[in-house]
Amino acid sequence: MEYNSSIPIYLQVMMSIKRDIVTERLKLGEKLPSVRDLALQYTINPNTANRVYKELENEKVCFTRRGMGTFVTEDEDRAMQMKAEMAQELIDEFLKGMKYIGISAEEAINLVKRQSKEETKKIS
Amino acid sequence: MLECKEVTKKYGRKTAVDHVSLNLEPGRVYAMLGPNGSGKTTLMKMVVGLVKPTSGEILYNGQPVGVESRRDIAYMSTEPYFYSWMTVKDVGKYYQDFFEDFSMERYERILNQMDLTMDLKSKTLSSGMMAKLKIAVTMARRAKIYLLDEPLNGIDLLARDEIVRCVLDVIAPDVTLMVSSHLVDELEKVADVAVFMKESHLVMACGIEQMREEKGKSVVDMYREIYGHGGIEQ
Repeated sequence: MEYNSSIPIYLQVMMSIKRDIVTERLKLGEKLPSVRDLALQYTINPNTANRVYKELENEKVCFTRRGMGTFVTEDEDRAMQMKAEMAQELIDEFLKGMKYIGISAEEAINLVKRQSKEETKKIS
Repeated sequence: MLECKEVTKKYGRKTAVDHVSLNLEPGRVYAMLGPNGSGKTTLMKMVVGLVKPTSGEILYNGQPVGVESRRDIAYMSTEPYFYSWMTVKDVGKYYQDFFEDFSMERYERILNQMDLTMDLKSKTLSSGMMAKLKIAVTMARRAKIYLLDEPLNGIDLLARDEIVRCVLDVIAPDVTLMVSSHLVDELEKVADVAVFMKESHLVMACGIEQMREEKGKSVVDMYREIYGHGGIEQ
């Protein structure tokens, strides 16, 4: 994974795991790698890997079973909520970028509508 | 676990390390950063007990470092230190003779991961292979402190990844790692604490994730601030 060196690594790895859950590359209830394996997989420090799981647990994205390891949440609503949060972030980012170049939210919406119409045309 | 107290080393009129105080805690990875000639190697050599401080002291578990502490401290120097007639296997045996905590099994496993074989002659190794061999033989010890001096120097990208993985593999709650480098970004995601050396002084030691969180700064940003824009990649 490519890292942005100004953002805490643990946040970036958390985001990557959440993305895998939302895109169903990780299934609900699936077992996650051990702290050690997570560290090797992402080539990060085990202390950071540990923190990733702790924070994900705090956010109820995953949970630990004593002696068995860490698992993805089994709560479907939590997964939906994560997807919504991610969408929200993308929209915020998008609108911010549009505003920066002088395009209002309404204009932006119209642009998106036009774009999506053209795309459906292309497909059909 | 390891304490440096006002450690100074002078070579004649030149001061290589100037009043450095630093505590190394177990379970942490330290990145010692700084341009060439800033005192990194001298400080490491004093911690292993190969060089005696001119003043100040270095304590390992409360005792001054020396022959005793060398059992627990694994050190990898920058200069190659194997005889050219040695095979990879000989290098392992050589280490086994010297260090009680050396594990031949672990050595073999690491070599395997790095695609090195026991029958290779040390004089036929490329510089990248030599760097891997040095790491393999050092990490095959079950030490409490590992000091690695410029393990990534002159190594291609893929070999670097292998070395970083091998280093990550020994990290445990009772193990301390210190890696020196002037390749700042390589250590960025692996280290807990960045220790900046400049002109024989310790300028700063700070938590890396904390720096990102509180100031939105990367290690590279800090490096630029401390050494100026010309400081990178000397």
